[in-house]
Amino acid sequence: MTAGATADLPDALATIVDDFNALSQPDRLQLLLEFSQGLPDLPERYAEHPELLEPVPECQSPIFLIAEIDDAAGVGEESVVHLIFSAPAEAPTTRGFAGILQEGLDGLTAAEVLAVPGDISDRLGLAQAVSPLRLRGMGGMLGRIQRQVREKSAA
Amino acid sequence: MPLPYDDNPKFAAYANPERLVSTAWLAEHLGSDGLVVVESDEDVLLYETGHIPGAVKVDWHTELNDPVTRDYVDGAGFAQLMSAKGIARTDTVVIYGDKNNWWAAYALWVFALFGHEDVRLLDGGRALWVAEGREFTTEAPTPAPTEYPVVERDDTTLRAFKEDVVAFLGGQLVDVRSLPEYTGERTHMPDYPEEGTVRGGHIPGAQSVPWARAANEDGTFRSRGELEEIYRQEKGLDAEEPVIAYCRIGERSSHTWFVLEHLLGFEDVKNYDGSWTEWGNSVRVPIAVGSEPGEVPSR
Repeated sequence: MTAGATADLPDALATIVDDFNALSQPDRLQLLLEFSQGLPDLPERYAEHPELLEPVPECQSPIFLIAEIDDAAGVGEESVVHLIFSAPAEAPTTRGFAGILQEGLDGLTAAEVLAVPGDISDRLGLAQAVSPLRLRGMGGMLGRIQRQVREKSAA
Repeated sequence: MPLPYDDNPKFAAYANPERLVSTAWLAEHLGSDGLVVVESDEDVLLYETGHIPGAVKVDWHTELNDPVTRDYVDGAGFAQLMSAKGIARTDTVVIYGDKNNWWAAYALWVFALFGHEDVRLLDGGRALWVAEGREFTTEAPTPAPTEYPVVERDDTTLRAFKEDVVAFLGGQLVDVRSLPEYTGERTHMPDYPEEGTVRGGHIPGAQSVPWARAANEDGTFRSRGELEEIYRQEKGLDAEEPVIAYCRIGERSSHTWFVLEHLLGFEDVKNYDGSWTEWGNSVRVPIAVGSEPGEVPSR
């Protein structure tokens, strides 16, 4: 799959990939910055218990995440996934990646989250603006989200 | 005309005090003719979240490297970059950045390869400027392009290649990575698995001096006396003899290169930028494991 390919992506994520690829290189960085600013704050229940969040060592900055499973509407593959991230303000690139995953995956079913391809970070057209080395952290976040979803939903 | 030097008494003890400025000095001289402030960070978006007023951004990954070959830009590429950033050959350049100036020191070293005369580091970097609550802005400057000359990069004075290190075995080597990387227990940095290697360990004979030992809590450099204690007394390094520093990709060792070259005044200091990602993936180069420098193979 190449930059910009969206056929196998859930709608919200496909929209984000389209948005990035429609912009010039400098504007892509600006959009990533907006995602970093839009990352929701850590909810109260985790602010007191950072140990509940999983660290992501693939990232060059301290970032923690947790996937919550809501099975009110469906169980297993049909349960709904909510994502929570914590990343410091001095790590805006990492926050930006987290913001993309939050907006692109939050509220999907477990099955939909597990079907997201691992090369999502390559499709945003950011390799030139960010450098491939920095993009790898995003794949690490997705891998951890999917593992948590698999374990918690037993999907 | 270079700007006046910072006569901070702490700097006066260093071998080349003219290579550092304090946050107070920079705040006082911001906006002076002939001064360009450069921010160089690990995080590519940090500058956009706010920076020192008037500072331009130079990104090591995307701007100082050749896009294809694993090397830095050439003379023409560097001239083009400097012109775009509004930097003239005679300008005083002050570089600062995140993570204790890792990347700022790396950028400074690349500037030095091109022989830019007056390039200085902001002691304490971005974190200290922020901690002191000094002025910050999100407004990006639009510098007028300069006529920067095309200067051939000098790869012989401050830079070492793998072949140079092979020929140098038995000489003074400083490994500035974390101890688990040095011993070989870990083949990548805790947070950087993508820079991993097939083999772990260190170059035989290398002394382990993790780079952060040269920095205080607030990211400023330790005093001359403290640095002498670590590098000269404890490690027995001889300032008269050549020394090569290396790390994983060359950025932490640029910080140590700066310490040995400019703060302690070693006569011949090189940075091996290929570092462990090259050495630990190379066929048949000698490697030592464990906490001791190890046996240097006879050539």
